[in-house]
Amino acid sequence: MLAAKDLVSGYGRMPILHGLSLQVSDGEYVGILGHNGMGKTTLLRTLIGHVRPMSGSIVLDGTEIGALPPHRRAKLRIGYVPQGRDIFPALTVRENLLMGALSGAEKRASVVEEVLEDFPRLVRLLDRNGGALSGGEQQLLAIARCLCGKPRIMLLDEPTEGIQPSIIDEIVDLLQALRKRAGLSIVLVEQNLDFIHALSDRVLIIHRGEITQTLEPDHLADPEVVSEFVGMSS
Amino acid sequence: MDTLLVYAYQVAFSFSIFILISLGLAVIFGMMKVINLAQGEFIMLGAYACVVCSAVGLPLWLAVPLAGVIVGAIGILVERTVIRFLYGRVLDTLLATWGLSLFLVGIVTTIAGPQSQSVPADLGGVSLGGLQVPAYSLVMIGGACAMLLGTYALWRFTSLGLIVRGTMQNPEMARALGTNTSMIYMFTFGFGSALTGLAGALLVPLFGAAPTMGLFYIAKAFIAVISGGPWPLLGTLSASSLYGTIDGVISYAFSSVLGEIAVLLVAIVMLRLLPQGITGRLRKGL
Repeated sequence: MLAAKDLVSGYGRMPILHGLSLQVSDGEYVGILGHNGMGKTTLLRTLIGHVRPMSGSIVLDGTEIGALPPHRRAKLRIGYVPQGRDIFPALTVRENLLMGALSGAEKRASVVEEVLEDFPRLVRLLDRNGGALSGGEQQLLAIARCLCGKPRIMLLDEPTEGIQPSIIDEIVDLLQALRKRAGLSIVLVEQNLDFIHALSDRVLIIHRGEITQTLEPDHLADPEVVSEFVGMSS
Repeated sequence: MDTLLVYAYQVAFSFSIFILISLGLAVIFGMMKVINLAQGEFIMLGAYACVVCSAVGLPLWLAVPLAGVIVGAIGILVERTVIRFLYGRVLDTLLATWGLSLFLVGIVTTIAGPQSQSVPADLGGVSLGGLQVPAYSLVMIGGACAMLLGTYALWRFTSLGLIVRGTMQNPEMARALGTNTSMIYMFTFGFGSALTGLAGALLVPLFGAAPTMGLFYIAKAFIAVISGGPWPLLGTLSASSLYGTIDGVISYAFSSVLGEIAVLLVAIVMLRLLPQGITGRLRKGL
C-alpha cells in the first residue's frame, strides 16, 4: 500500500536518511525501533511531506506522492500524529477534532461524534482548551484528531513519550480494536519496547538512516536478543 | 443628563476610530504576527479608493464597501508578491513594508497631488444633548461596531475562521491535517487589508483623504493592538474601549491634543503594569 524506496532525506544539505526502503501492506502495523538520532522522526516527516526527499520515491497505492505537499497527502488519507503531539493550544478539544476532519468529504460534526465513541475520556473535555490538557489526554486527542481524517495509514511518532502508563494501555487497546475494524495501517516509531511489541506485526530496526534488520515482534520479548540486535535492553 | 449624552457620544466616537484603525492590524499583526508598516497606507488607499469611487458617480454607501474590496485585493497582491516570502523574518518584513509604505505615499502623491480631498456625506446634523454633531458620525460608529462583530463571528463561528485560527497557531500541523496554509495566509492578509481599507473609506467623510494620512493613524493602531495583548480581537476591543474613553472624555473637556497625550501616557503606564497586554492573563479568547 505504502512503499518508500531508496529515500535520501534530511535538513539542509545533511542527509539523515541514507537510502531507506520500507513497505507497509493494507492493515499492517509496522513498528520502527531505533535510538535517538537514527532518523525515526525524519522518516515520518518525510512520509507526511514536511521534509522533501532529496531522492528516492514514496508510492501510495501506485501513485508517486514524494513531491506532493503535506495537505495533498492528508487528502489522500495519510494521517500524522507527531512527536510532542502538536495540539492547537488555544483551540478547544472539539475544535482540534474539527481541524482533523477538514480533509474529509463527510459532514465534520458527525465524523467527530463518531470518533468520540472510542474516546470517552475526551467527551467531558470537549470545551476545554487543548493546551490545558495533560500529556496523556493530549496524546489521546492527537490520535482522535488524526482518526477524524479517516486515515488509511497512520504515522505515529513516539506516542508513549512522557505519558502515564494507564493511558499507554488505553492507547494499545484502542489501536488493537481499530486493527480489527477495516483496513487501517500504522507506521509506529517508538523506543518503548513493550508498546511496540504489543502492537506491531513486524518490527524494523533503523540505524543511521537505514533499515538494518527485520524482527518478529516476539523476538522483542527476549532482552538478550534485543540487546544483541539493537543494543538497547528494556 | 445632556452632558452625559454628550460624553457618551464622544467616547463612542473615539472608540469607533480606535476600532476602525486597529481592527485590520489586529488581524495582520495580532493574528499573523506580520509587522506591516504600510498599514497606515492601506487606510490611506481605502480613503482614496472611496474618493475615486465617488468621483465616478457611485453613492457613498456603495463606494465604502467597494473600497474595502479594492484594498483587500491590493493586500492579496502584496501578500503574494512580497509578504509570503518573508513569514518569520521580522527585520526583512519591517524593511519591505516600510519600503512599500514610502512607495504608496509617493505614487498616490504623484497621481492625486498632495492636497487633501473629501467626499461629503450629505446627511446633515443631529442634535445630541445640545451638541450639534454630523449624522454621518453615527453611521461611522455603527460601521465600526458591525466590522468588529462581523470579524468576531467569522473567526468564532465558521469553518473558515476555525481553519484560520488553527493555521496561525501551528501551520505545520494544519498542513498535515489537510489545510493549504499558503492560501489561508493569503486570505487572512487580504481580509485584514480589506478591513483596513474599509476603515479608511469610512473615515473619509469626516477626516478626508491625504497621501500622508497613514502616519497619523499607524502609531495609534499599534498601541491599541499591542496593549490589547495575545488575544487580538478581545484585546483590540478592550484597548479601544479604554483609550476611546480617555480620548473622548479629555478631548471634549479640554482639547484633542491633551486627549492624545493622555492616551499615550496611559499606554506607557499600561505596558509597564501589564506587559503581556490587557488580555495577557486570559486563558481563553479570540
